Amino acid sequence: MDYPFIWFILIGVLWTGYLVLEGFDFGVGALLPVLGGNGARVGGAVDEGENRRRVMLTAIGPHWDGNEVWLLTAGGAMFAAFPHWYATMFSAFYLPLLLLLVALIVRNMGLEYRHKRDDDTWRRRWDLAIIGGSVVAPFLVGVALTNVVRGVPLDADFEYVGSLWTLLNLPSLLGGVVFVALSVTHGAHFLALKTSGRLREAARRVAERAGLVSAVLAVVLMAWLVNARGSVGVGVLAVVAAVALVGSLVANRVGREGLAFVGTAITWAAAAAAYFVALHPNVMPTTLANGASLTIENAASTPMTLQIMSIAALVFVPIVLLYTAWSYWVFRRRLATDRLATPVLVK
Amino acid sequence: MDPVDLARWQFAITTVYHFLFVPITIGLSLIVAAMHTAWVRTKRPEWLRLAKFFGKLFTINFALGLVTGIVQEFQFGMNWSDYSRFVGDIFGAPLALEALLAFFVESTFLGLWIFGWGRIPERLHAATMWVVHIGTLLSAYFILAANSFMQNPVGFRYNPESGRAEMSDFGAILLNKVQLVAFPHVITSAYMVGGAVVMGVGVWLWRRSAAPGAPDAEDVPLYRRATRIGAVVTLVASLGVIASGDIQGKIMTEVQPMKMAAAEALYENETGAAFSVFTIGSLDGQHEVFAIKVPKVLAFMATGDPNGLVEGINPIKARNAEMVAAIERTYGSDVARISADADYTPNIPLAYWTFRLMMGVGFASMALSAFLLWVTRGRSRPPVSRWWVWAAIAAPLLPLVGNSFGWIFTETGRQPWLVNGLMTTAFGVSPSVSATEVLISMSVFTLLYAVLAVVEVRLFLRYVAHGAEPFHEPEQVAETADAPLQFSY
Repeated sequence: MDYPFIWFILIGVLWTGYLVLEGFDFGVGALLPVLGGNGARVGGAVDEGENRRRVMLTAIGPHWDGNEVWLLTAGGAMFAAFPHWYATMFSAFYLPLLLLLVALIVRNMGLEYRHKRDDDTWRRRWDLAIIGGSVVAPFLVGVALTNVVRGVPLDADFEYVGSLWTLLNLPSLLGGVVFVALSVTHGAHFLALKTSGRLREAARRVAERAGLVSAVLAVVLMAWLVNARGSVGVGVLAVVAAVALVGSLVANRVGREGLAFVGTAITWAAAAAAYFVALHPNVMPTTLANGASLTIENAASTPMTLQIMSIAALVFVPIVLLYTAWSYWVFRRRLATDRLATPVLVK
Repeated sequence: MDPVDLARWQFAITTVYHFLFVPITIGLSLIVAAMHTAWVRTKRPEWLRLAKFFGKLFTINFALGLVTGIVQEFQFGMNWSDYSRFVGDIFGAPLALEALLAFFVESTFLGLWIFGWGRIPERLHAATMWVVHIGTLLSAYFILAANSFMQNPVGFRYNPESGRAEMSDFGAILLNKVQLVAFPHVITSAYMVGGAVVMGVGVWLWRRSAAPGAPDAEDVPLYRRATRIGAVVTLVASLGVIASGDIQGKIMTEVQPMKMAAAEALYENETGAAFSVFTIGSLDGQHEVFAIKVPKVLAFMATGDPNGLVEGINPIKARNAEMVAAIERTYGSDVARISADADYTPNIPLAYWTFRLMMGVGFASMALSAFLLWVTRGRSRPPVSRWWVWAAIAAPLLPLVGNSFGWIFTETGRQPWLVNGLMTTAFGVSPSVSATEVLISMSVFTLLYAVLAVVEVRLFLRYVAHGAEPFHEPEQVAETADAPLQFSY
């Protein structure tokens, strides 16, 4: 195994970490209107819906920001390890990435600011930002990654020569929808695991419905992937993803919430792995006959850079995992609507 | 418009904006961590109240620093793809390390600090904010190492086969001499801002609580303490800013003589050159109407010798042909990245004025903190005069805009180079991105950032007006019990 190949795998791992982790906080954000009432309050009384929203957001509160760093690290690692890949992908997906940035910005601001004022209009507006961002962001990530695997028109200098419309093809749009559906299922499993009372029950019911929709859509997506860029490995991983998803639905049904969450986490990991196996040995194939595909070899940095990065990853990734795990352990307790803190709110 | 100009404007807008929140984050995390530790050690209620109060202001500010930082990381690939290709082997590593070593630490430990009340043992809880602060320092170190490479490219070689600059010595990149002095300069400037925010907020609340019949009259000592802590931090930090800035001037003269010449609008070589505090009329010496000049100061700032020789813009420019030829010799015949007909001078008036404004507001901020410490010494009278309102507003703004002027000077003073002496800015942009696309993205960010600025500042001021919460004895929540949380949304 040479350094470029190791980094191809590591970038796959970083994307997997991102999808497994931010997948559930996207799902929780998207489920606000489903599990948290309509957000309206009657006569100033705090209703159950508002308290549920508070529980849902408190459940992801200590974690969502750290989850998002996986995306930044994946981006930074692509820049360092495969500068051509980073340069081509980020300039090719210009407008979708602009929209992704806007979605992440308004969503993050919503998560930080929503609870900082005791004002219904204020909360409703930030709720819209959280919900909108939590749906749009995974959709765009799905569209982008599916386009990478599918291939885009790159000329001989690795420059993108398509337009915005080139990116809006059927498989990629389906990829976007699957990412949203899987996030919602994953988020519902997370809520069932992290809350108690009626919210927990409601989360399990939603997980079942969302899971069935994801399963159907994901099977179509994986069938496309196997057909388009098929290899034995891709097929096996697609099957693993499907089995894990079905398994998580069964686990959810029988009340094994931890297992259900692990199930959707494995689904994300297997799906991401299938994408990267399908991509190999390219990192960004071209669809043009006279174009040039970006490959692991021709997009990579020098061995020196990759070696330095490898040492850093070897030392620091375990440390990151360690304190991330500690943070999840600290906040391991189930949350309930009747055990929230009395908030200090400024009018 | 030209895509290069648009991409530059977008970078300028998004970066200057991002860096309004960064120094507050670096400076306030230190002060909040110290206040939290003071509480754990002394158990005096005012420390907990101050830590929580400024901690809240910290999170309001951090949110925007975080989201605008994501844009920065994406922007290199989106708008500057040729730059990313050319230097990715060198420039990408510090960015990836910044995410791996700093962003994870900052986000995870800030989450632990915010939600950790009653759930993490006290000492450990206070330590989480220290870890956040260390994270901000690591982040600053890596991103400044990347920037220092652009000011003074070291530790690389040009590979004519791949047409890319490649890393040859990572240690040299991390220990770039520009970096070693830029880092303390930026960090102490950030501490100035953090101190000044605490000082400004403190003095405003002190004045309010000291007014006759104020409901929070018993909080006068609390806000007096905040004011003085802020002023001490700002004053001490400003000494560091001056010391590091002084060395920086000499290194800049050595590695970027054009930038130093532009900072004074010095057109011809001069020994014992004067520093002009102020100039009315054109800066090229042809139509100077009025100027205040301090003899020998520029020579001293640039060389350390009051009679030293400072090179002027014209002689440096005259060496350009020679320099371009040297670049061609070193980096092979692939000179597509270097256009020889370009005028290798930055925007002189911009460099001249931002350099002065940076120093001017910095010294004003230092003077304000010293003055505040003096008049609030001993059992002095509270700041009831109307004048103090203006002092409260000016306190955080002076060092904050000083940071902006400093960065505008540093970055525009390097132009037309993107990487000094190696790649011009015009060759760094993304070939596949149209001017329309850049215009759309620049407009979207400008509008969104403007709206968020209004929201952020209003929320920040609301919390300032709300003041510190009354003291509540914190309790540890048993993880098994059904006790309500100490903190939740």
